[in-house]
Amino acid sequence: MQIASSWKRSAALLAAALLLPLLVACGGAAPAAEPTKAAEPTAAAEATMAPEPTAAPAEPTAAPAEPTSDPKSLKILYWQAPTVLNPHVSSGTKDFDAATVILEPLAHYNEKDELVAYLAEEIPTIENGGVAKDGTSVTWKLKKGVKWSDGTDFTADDVIFTWKYASDPKTAATTASNYNIIKDITAVDANTVKITWAAPTPNPYGSYVSFSGMILQKKQFENCIGEKALTDAACQAANLAPIGTNAYMLKEFKPGDTVTYVKNPAYRNADKTAFDNVEIKGGGDAATAGNAVCQTGEADYAWNLQIPKAALEPILAGGKCQPIAGGSFGVERIVVNFANPDAALGKKRSEPSQPHPFLTNPKVRQAINMAIDRQAIVDNLYGPTGVANCNILVVPESVNSKNTKCDRDIEGAKKLMDEAGFPEKDGVRADKDGKPLALYFQTSINSLRQGEQAIVKSNLAELGIAVSLKAVDAGVFFSGDVGIDDTLNKMYVDIQMYTNGPDGTDSAAYLKGWTCEKMNSAENKWNGGNDGRYCNKDYDALFAKYDAEFDIAKRTALAIEANDFLINDNAVIPLVNRRTPNAIINGLVGPTYNTFDSGLWNIDSWHK
Amino acid sequence: MTQYIIRKILVAFPTLLIISVLIFAVLALAPGDPLAQFALNPAIPASTRIRIREQFGLDKPWYVRYYKWSTSMVQGEWGFSFSSKSPVINIVMQRIPQTLQVVGISYLLAILIAIPIGVISAVKQYTIFDQVATFLSFIGGSLPSFFTGLSFMLIFAIHFHWFPIVYSTTLEITNFATLKQAINQMVLPVLVLVVQQTASLTRFMRSSMLDNLPLDYVRTARAKGLNDWTVITRHVVVNSIIPVITLVALGIPGIFAGAIITENLFRVNGLGQLLVTSIQNSDTPVVMALSFIFSILVVIFNVIADIMYGIFDPRVKYN
Repeated sequence: MQIASSWKRSAALLAAALLLPLLVACGGAAPAAEPTKAAEPTAAAEATMAPEPTAAPAEPTAAPAEPTSDPKSLKILYWQAPTVLNPHVSSGTKDFDAATVILEPLAHYNEKDELVAYLAEEIPTIENGGVAKDGTSVTWKLKKGVKWSDGTDFTADDVIFTWKYASDPKTAATTASNYNIIKDITAVDANTVKITWAAPTPNPYGSYVSFSGMILQKKQFENCIGEKALTDAACQAANLAPIGTNAYMLKEFKPGDTVTYVKNPAYRNADKTAFDNVEIKGGGDAATAGNAVCQTGEADYAWNLQIPKAALEPILAGGKCQPIAGGSFGVERIVVNFANPDAALGKKRSEPSQPHPFLTNPKVRQAINMAIDRQAIVDNLYGPTGVANCNILVVPESVNSKNTKCDRDIEGAKKLMDEAGFPEKDGVRADKDGKPLALYFQTSINSLRQGEQAIVKSNLAELGIAVSLKAVDAGVFFSGDVGIDDTLNKMYVDIQMYTNGPDGTDSAAYLKGWTCEKMNSAENKWNGGNDGRYCNKDYDALFAKYDAEFDIAKRTALAIEANDFLINDNAVIPLVNRRTPNAIINGLVGPTYNTFDSGLWNIDSWHK
Repeated sequence: MTQYIIRKILVAFPTLLIISVLIFAVLALAPGDPLAQFALNPAIPASTRIRIREQFGLDKPWYVRYYKWSTSMVQGEWGFSFSSKSPVINIVMQRIPQTLQVVGISYLLAILIAIPIGVISAVKQYTIFDQVATFLSFIGGSLPSFFTGLSFMLIFAIHFHWFPIVYSTTLEITNFATLKQAINQMVLPVLVLVVQQTASLTRFMRSSMLDNLPLDYVRTARAKGLNDWTVITRHVVVNSIIPVITLVALGIPGIFAGAIITENLFRVNGLGQLLVTSIQNSDTPVVMALSFIFSILVVIFNVIADIMYGIFDPRVKYN
């Protein structure tokens, strides 16, 4: 039906095509007369001309240049378009965010990385008896009286169902790892669930929180467990139109383009819902999205303005918006290859058994670290979107180490290289056989990253190390495709650069990425996660101690210790803590930055 | 004529088969992963991604996947999109109206503008009008659409605030104000496309006219005492337009391919935008469907162009 109506519309518009040349002509003739008027809000101009016959006063339509004059509608721009609204089969942040407007988890993280109860009545802790002391289970109390937008009750059954749905291997859920850690869930009563973990865990919030924890309605998805999740027509339709409990419900979804939402009348605080319409429009690019908020005011919120400083500053200067940034979008880092990527080694290339000729020397790594000018990278490229940073673990704030420093010291770096046995001659350093030191440096194609590569190259040239640059298409670099040599997983280069960070407030999975066990190799199809092939028995011991620690304060201290260990050993070279901003139109209240959750986590309380 | 058409259609089948094998092989060999976005996310471990690939059938060799795709394609099954987890056909159908609106209208406008300019340029060769038209069409033809698009956006949307940057696809035309809004938001993308298409069509029309103007039949017509207007419109234009019509017919499949850059820039959710995002997301079924539809249209319009040639040019006979 939707398709039929849009066909009709296109026919109507084709008919209107004849009007277009007229309009273009008018637009072309107008500049001399109009510039001063054009800059003014047209809504104000129209208000004075209220008796005009064509403008029906009751109509809430606004002129395209000033839709922000409508306090009852919210327009959000994403430069990636949502393609599916069932978060458990999502293929990107955009899908999780678009689903967040409809669905809710038991709890969301706020901008301070604290949990805020959503479908839960309260956050379970050891103190209130919700979390078992031995880490084997957690008991959540659910809010009472919550209804799905179709009017049925939200109960413990829905929670249990979501686990069964997402953990079934045949469902091929993106969120599977958040649910297959659960051994069993029982409904203590209609509003209480007890989750028993497969193995005791220090992190009681691994499931049902944040964007991966959104709960599906059992009634809607009951027959969609397993292969049917993707192949059955009814399930395909449900993936595009989930029924939810949040303040808004779906009105229309055009996959890969726009999602529109309306108020959910069954919402528990329906009287407080601020907007009649919410729209997420996807596609385009970050710069024009920023312009649409900050310069023209066409939209209210632009997601992820990943734009180099030189382009971002004029956009923000438009004055109609505020950038909201904080927390961390991940740490941009240089990964050092501890294995030898020499192509002459053939299949043994970059295998952990082949030590790198000089990067395994701690003094060389230290010297490279000291030679890099992080502040120049931030000042010239990131501007407000990043801060120079020495730690690999920066979030949550409690684990951000204060013990490290990484100021540039080129003289010290040169001295270290001399000590390491790589003397300088005519600005070039060579090893004892006279072979000049050279590094092959790869990253993804992205103007910011190519800028960083250039700075690092000149920094290291000063040190006497020649750097060859390589940039790989992001789709290839991050693909993990075993058939290609240019992936970050294979790392057939000496150093490489990308951004990454922990997925939750607990850093275990992230810190595990530097253990010997996780080293990428042909054997594990380069999927271990330790792409630098860093292996140090002392770090492994430290990580094991951290992993086994259940006491929160001690665990935090050990996480900091692990970070310091990696930094002092120069296992990896952090550069910048990225704080990619979202742009928010002046007058919109509610949006916050968020590290571990969707930027739209609290959209139920946004208002103008 | 009928025989000719049947022969053409029969030849089209193997052509399409070869095209589909080629596209499929290229896509299968190209690197990429539908879940590349999650490559580094420790919450989505490699095992999950591998399982999802298996569920999509991506672990099978490409010829097995091609066999599956082609057999279901023959039965009218277009497969399902990896990123939307829903049937490809629905997604494609949702996009066609937008593309027809924006790209179709600009094509129509380009033809309406280009033909008169081309005719006048040829008739008044080397006059100021011709020089200006030639100059402008060279500029229009050589400026890439990402440049004109961004410049128009900067000037008309950001500086003058005349037109919106964001093309709203949910806009419902219910009254005059929304109609005005609908037209308003189409102006910039249409303008970008018109500039480009007009440029090349103008040059074709002009050169085709110049080929005909010195011919004997034109002199004959003038010798009969016909006035200039009649000679040009009744004789020269009619003959000169034949190759242009062919060109126009061959360009129609291009409308369905959408305008990749322009659609992306202005957020028009047309087929071009769908194609480019699907390629980026390694959404093979959608890319296959789009390129296959496009191939079919090219073949069909080639036949149509041939037939039209036969109708408009009495010298051409198909036996």
